[in-house]
Amino acid sequence: MIVVDLLLMLVVAYAVGFLYYGLYRNITARFQRRFGPPVWQSFIDSIKFFFKEESTSHGWMFYLGPVIMMSGAIMTLFFIPFFTVGDTFQGLSQYGNAFVILYLLVLGPLGNALGVGTGGSPFGAMGITRGLTRLFAMELPFYIAVIAIMSLSGSADIATIASEQTTFNAFAYPLLFIAAMISFIGMMGQSPFDVPGAPVEVYSGPASEFSGKFLALLMSQSAIFTFAKLVLMVHLFLGGASGFLELLLKTFILFIVVIAFGAIYGRFKTPQAVDFLLKVPTTIAVVGLILATWS
Amino acid sequence: MEHNGFIQEQKTLEGDLNSDTSHKNSVDFLMNWFRKRSIFVLAYGTGCGAIEMPPTFTSRYDAERLGIRGAATPRQADVIIVSGYCSYKTLRRIIRTYEQMSNPKYVLALGSCTVNGGMYWDSYNTIKKLEDYMPVDMYVNGCMPRPESILEGFIALQKEIGEGKASSWQKYEENYEFYRKNQEAVLGKKVEPSYDADWYLYDGGL
Repeated sequence: MIVVDLLLMLVVAYAVGFLYYGLYRNITARFQRRFGPPVWQSFIDSIKFFFKEESTSHGWMFYLGPVIMMSGAIMTLFFIPFFTVGDTFQGLSQYGNAFVILYLLVLGPLGNALGVGTGGSPFGAMGITRGLTRLFAMELPFYIAVIAIMSLSGSADIATIASEQTTFNAFAYPLLFIAAMISFIGMMGQSPFDVPGAPVEVYSGPASEFSGKFLALLMSQSAIFTFAKLVLMVHLFLGGASGFLELLLKTFILFIVVIAFGAIYGRFKTPQAVDFLLKVPTTIAVVGLILATWS
Repeated sequence: MEHNGFIQEQKTLEGDLNSDTSHKNSVDFLMNWFRKRSIFVLAYGTGCGAIEMPPTFTSRYDAERLGIRGAATPRQADVIIVSGYCSYKTLRRIIRTYEQMSNPKYVLALGSCTVNGGMYWDSYNTIKKLEDYMPVDMYVNGCMPRPESILEGFIALQKEIGEGKASSWQKYEENYEFYRKNQEAVLGKKVEPSYDADWYLYDGGL
């Protein structure tokens, strides 16, 4: 039975992830006063890449990179329950808690670093270096906020944290939410923290040497991972969800906020992004942690 | 609605696209449909045509509404745009870039310079016909073609892809000797561009 549950979770995350990606491109186009592509454009792109021929070869580790990234995204998804009540769409959440998810969040980027490193493309190596440098700074405020929430709820179980909120954690502990949100914008690969794949600087960075089916795999994992991270944020700060309508509404509002930031702001340089993340959101998170534990 | 004219324009552009019926079976049809609706473009900006591409892809003409968007690297691209005259030095890079793209790949050539040399017909260091050195799927002529013409060229190319007729990449593989002979005639035995330090150490420049 759990296999069916997991498969359904995967299908929902894939479909909703690509829908959100299509909406992201369409809404960004409206921000730029364009008509924009149809909402299923990202899905069409990924399917087209599955039909392309492979002509490059850099050894097996290169091709394992996207596979590790895909497994990281899928495992993250499986450990996050979609709903706080009921038995369906719970995945593997009874076997792991928030610590497992925090660990799995970085599995994908690290696996991809191994793969891209063997590719030989200088832009790939530059993108990975930028990405990992940013990761250190990005994780610090996010981890402080998440650990604060866990200790305040007295539990590391995602569903418990979500269902125990009488007022949403976002409003009860606004400083922690703001700190986690700034990190989250970076995690979603949005401006001003989109340094690893900066289009005109490092030519899509880690993805620059991938073509055809492996690029399609990267796009699919990105869609699934996006949805998983949105659900995680909804559970930690917005009180979780008890049905699909609530889940989609909350994740979509969160998503709109993130892409609005992405559409408005320009890009930091890598040192600027690290400086900013280590100074501003980390300070906010520490102050939020002190205030929350004192009161 | 203020967007009405825009939607009408898009319908006119796409009306031609959806009319093709010449496909062998449903798998071919689906594959070609996905290929024509999603085109990643590597805009190789050579010559004056480079200036016509930014308006094509940004807010004013917005090629993304037809599924056409820029690609960052040759590995991810489906279409390479050669946007004007090619000097011998540029031709090396274009051929190298084209060969790095993965199949199926298409070539869109802009401007009279790629058709017959254009105003550079008697130049000592530009090629006259691009088709002698690499296959071309679609020409957009003009000096220079405006973004509207480029979009029409894209629509025509999408139509050919949908019908499965755009197959220049197969032509390049089948007639490689012909193309290689022409390339060597103007570029010498070593067609590939030199990188790093070897251009001033071994090749005598260029």
